[in-house]
Amino acid sequence: MLPDLSTQRGVLPIKLSRPALVLLVLSVLAVVSIVCFMTLGAKGSWSFVLSFRGKKLLGLILVAYAISISTVLFQTVTNNRILTPSIMGFDALYMLIKTGMVFFLGIGALVTVDPQLQFVFEVSVMVVFSLLLFRWLFLGEERSLHLLVLVGIVFGILFRSISNFMQRMLDPGAFNVLQDTMYASFSTTDPALLTISAVIVLVVSIFAFRIMHTFDVLTLGRAQAINLGVDYKRTVVVILTLVAILVSVSTALVGPITFFGLLVATLAHSLIGTSRHKYVLPAAALLAIVFLVGGQTVLERVFEFDTALSIIIEFLGGIVFIVLVLRRSAR
Amino acid sequence: MSFYGTDWGSRLRYLVLAIIVTIGLAIASLFVGVSDVSLASLLSSSAEDRPMQVLLISRIPRTLAILLAGASMAIAGLVMQMVVRNRFVEPSTAGTTEAASLGFLVVTIFAPGWPLMAKMLVAAVFALAGTALFLRVLRAVPLRDVLLVPLVGIMLGGIIGSVTSFFAYRMGLNASLLAWSMGDFSGVIRGRYELLWIGLACCIIAYIAADRFTVAGMGRDFTTNLGLNHKHVMMLGLVIVSVVSAVVLVSVGSIPFLGLIIPNIVSLTVGDNMRRTVPWVAVGGAAFVMICDIIGRIVRFPYEIPISVVVGVVGSGIFLYLLLRTRRHAA
Repeated sequence: MLPDLSTQRGVLPIKLSRPALVLLVLSVLAVVSIVCFMTLGAKGSWSFVLSFRGKKLLGLILVAYAISISTVLFQTVTNNRILTPSIMGFDALYMLIKTGMVFFLGIGALVTVDPQLQFVFEVSVMVVFSLLLFRWLFLGEERSLHLLVLVGIVFGILFRSISNFMQRMLDPGAFNVLQDTMYASFSTTDPALLTISAVIVLVVSIFAFRIMHTFDVLTLGRAQAINLGVDYKRTVVVILTLVAILVSVSTALVGPITFFGLLVATLAHSLIGTSRHKYVLPAAALLAIVFLVGGQTVLERVFEFDTALSIIIEFLGGIVFIVLVLRRSAR
Repeated sequence: MSFYGTDWGSRLRYLVLAIIVTIGLAIASLFVGVSDVSLASLLSSSAEDRPMQVLLISRIPRTLAILLAGASMAIAGLVMQMVVRNRFVEPSTAGTTEAASLGFLVVTIFAPGWPLMAKMLVAAVFALAGTALFLRVLRAVPLRDVLLVPLVGIMLGGIIGSVTSFFAYRMGLNASLLAWSMGDFSGVIRGRYELLWIGLACCIIAYIAADRFTVAGMGRDFTTNLGLNHKHVMMLGLVIVSVVSAVVLVSVGSIPFLGLIIPNIVSLTVGDNMRRTVPWVAVGGAAFVMICDIIGRIVRFPYEIPISVVVGVVGSGIFLYLLLRTRRHAA
């Protein structure tokens, strides 16, 4: 195991391992950013400010949690640190399903059908399709990582183009309604979706928690995992279903952000220093909260421009991605 | 090796046939659109009447723009593939298009009054710089995987794109950025497409220098060994690619994957000798864009679907096919 940092430096009176220390620091940072988000620059009645910002905060935390957990789990299943659900085109797939629903069932479905029922329907279609896509790409013949990433990216472009095509085929009124529901930003999350998203995320977490012990075994690779008694196919299907649900939740709330998951997962792995999931998963989630809530606070209060957060994330994430890919090939 | 005999005569016959088909498509394109322009209405009306005016001001320029843009983008892709020595690069998978778009944004912000020609030149300079940056990044990887090159290129394009949208967002130019970067021929009228003739000039230069590019495609040592200055050939190729990308971006917007799929399909049947492939690639590019644009005009009549959307769907589909196909053959 890793050396005990606290005894070496003699800074802390209690003994803390490196992962625990990292988690502690991250929790403090997360709490600080949440408090700043809720209180900075507040004018007028506190009850209004707190309930108004509380909803936004809940949205941000749900998104942060969903993206970070889904990315780490996806990387565990695919057994590499470069692929993420959004790089493989999963969130574009969600947008396609949403557009396809309006396209084939008419805009009436989007307006009249209960949004929660709609969401459940979209998520189920999403799960089926992502399982098929995954099966085709990963469980068939052996493919190189570069091919997989490239195929994933092009799939994403294909899905986006098809949804774009369908949107153009709708009449302008329907197009506007769809546009409104699909391109929500960090500052305007749909309150109707918050409750159901929170419930879904909770249920998913319980499921994930119950099979947590298999995650570490899966990182050893497929052959090793089977050898150690993991029902590989079943576990992979369960994890992918969870991932698909989480991706749907985050995409439904704020739209696609390609590199956020990669950013937090990579950082979590390098900070924690071990690949044990009981440390990496919470670290990734906390990092995501710090970035989203803290970043949003800084942008809103300091620079006063709000939705540009996703642009900055894409910029940083893109650079991290290139560095990761290049470093991997240079080896 | 190829589907037709090796003798020069029959090869020429197929090419002439392809050109005739393309001209047929172009003539059909003249008569497709909302405003009624038919042979009968043209004959029965004088030069001042509506059908004739529509034909002269809108339909003929549009058809010419399609032919020019299609041919020159396909050639740009071909040249780029030769110079970078990778089948999967083209302006939109190497950061070139995005860099040109950034250049156009910069000149729009700082010198909105400049003539279109000057703006185009600035965009071309940015495109050149973006491509150079791409090649510089690639040089950091000693062992080059075929698929790594487009992967890094697409990501670099994404990073440059996020810089562009950051500034567009700050300057309130997001809507116009979207409008000009989305490839669309519907805005083409007389006086708004003439820059595309520069693209034709680039195609002719590419044809004249075809043998040099073929040699450059075999590597630096081989090129030098044959007494050619590899650097000069590279530079000529990159200038052609940058100018074409900038011209097409400024006049009609970006057309994704065009430069990738056409040369690849041509090389599957005609081979890699550029002297032979240039005419095929030019004709193929023009015909492909023509078909896609006619589809875009018919499918949602009387509205139109922009060319970039149609090409996005078809192009990413074909790109996926090419990716998964090569791997199966290589394995």
